[in-house]
Amino acid sequence: MIEYIPQWTIDFWNWFPVDLQTLLIILGKIILILVPLLLAVAYVTYFERKVIGYMQVRIGPNRVGFFGFSLWGLGQPIADAVKLLFKEIIIPSQANKYLFLIAPVLSIGPALAAWAVIPFNREMTLANVDAGLLYVLALTSIGVYGVIIAGWASNSKYAILSALRAGAQIVAYEIAMGFALVGVLMASGSLNLGAIVEAQAGGFSSWFIVWMLPLFLVYFISGVAETNRAPFDVAEGESEIVAGFHVEYSGMAFAVFFLAEYANIILISALTSLMFLGGWLSPFEGWSSLQGHWLAEASIFWFLGKTSFFIFCFLWFRATFPRYRYDQIMRLGWKVFIPVTIVWIFVEGVMVVLKVGPWAG
Amino acid sequence: MKALKHFIKSFTLWELLKGLSVTGRYFFSRKITVQYPEEKTPQSPRFRGLHALRRYANGEERCIACKLCEAVCPALAITIDSEEREDGTRRTTRYDIDLFKCIYCGFCEEACPVDSIVETHIFEYHFEERGTQIMTKQMLLEIGDQHEAEIAANRQADARYR
Repeated sequence: MIEYIPQWTIDFWNWFPVDLQTLLIILGKIILILVPLLLAVAYVTYFERKVIGYMQVRIGPNRVGFFGFSLWGLGQPIADAVKLLFKEIIIPSQANKYLFLIAPVLSIGPALAAWAVIPFNREMTLANVDAGLLYVLALTSIGVYGVIIAGWASNSKYAILSALRAGAQIVAYEIAMGFALVGVLMASGSLNLGAIVEAQAGGFSSWFIVWMLPLFLVYFISGVAETNRAPFDVAEGESEIVAGFHVEYSGMAFAVFFLAEYANIILISALTSLMFLGGWLSPFEGWSSLQGHWLAEASIFWFLGKTSFFIFCFLWFRATFPRYRYDQIMRLGWKVFIPVTIVWIFVEGVMVVLKVGPWAG
Repeated sequence: MKALKHFIKSFTLWELLKGLSVTGRYFFSRKITVQYPEEKTPQSPRFRGLHALRRYANGEERCIACKLCEAVCPALAITIDSEEREDGTRRTTRYDIDLFKCIYCGFCEEACPVDSIVETHIFEYHFEERGTQIMTKQMLLEIGDQHEAEIAANRQADARYR
């Protein structure tokens, strides 16, 4: 590989100071993560409309394409983005302008920043920090500030109602989510996401989903609640409070909220696959009949496949379940999920002590 | 026992899985979307679209200005003025239908003793300026002339049920 690069580019590269080189490498990695991520976000919106359409026996968007070919409507997200870019951002006259504009940034910032610690496979990760799990937990809960500030700054009744709902909901589900992750932590003995995945090595039977099915369910459902997605989308609740915290937003400011929501969906899906489904590990690992076959190899495609499955689940839930009533959400969060996680953490503790399961060593 | 069953059912998310299986099934079912400009749903001969005034085969207009349609119109969308023609018959001098008022109920067609005012199968039309939504006698007669064959066929198909 190296010998095909002309000498002058290497010289030019070496001419940079070392600090600048690291900075450039990191920036390059960030771009390599963010550009596919934002593209994925755009296409998740398309995918969502398509999947929900199919579940409602429709065919969804299929007109907008490229260069006169309709290509099943694949041009739709691009057209949507261009439309939103050219729309005016209307700031309500009584709104707090500074907070009003900072809110979308606050909601997309953490959604993107959390990707820094996500390992795509054994080597591919931007920041291999030891407290990765903690970092992710912190950032996913910061995301709610965007919603709350948007609701407050809009100076609108619906928006403030939505902010209150979002705040209470996140507090409730954050705890269940954290407890579910305590289970993962106990099993893997590490906060490093890469180490968590490696702790699940050894085929499907040692994935954490098998040993912590209740925690997996609690985590994923809390993840759905955390991202304010149906059936927990009371913060948006278009039939009750119009559109909740983003009633007053238009144009690109609105689009940024949308991006943040979908980036969070992808993030939660990725985290679920990392922590419970063994990330990039193959489910057929150690199968003698598949020895050396690519199916048994750990690769980024397993990770992407698992993540896509969970993204599909998000859309599937939205197409299936009606919105929870607000008090039901609170009941589920406080009275069901938290006890369930605590019980299972206890069960897991017993299993660890009795040396049952993959952590036996 | 019942409580235990309910407990197990809610903790295995039984009802939720049932719901997911329903949407999961429809995900793979054949889609019923009609791709509108290219495909169209079949129309009944009774379809009530844009209006038309018909003529007899000899070219004489059917309308005799009896004003029954004007009287029956629930939306007061029809305005008729009439005068005696040179040959002594009563004819309309003005026959306006305001398509913004019209609710396409088809009462005018049913009231008409000479099958003059009819509603055709045409439903794809638009107006770009205010005021152009008023169909005059001339316009209605033109529509009738253009689509006479189809209008007659539709009346024929539906005649048994009238």
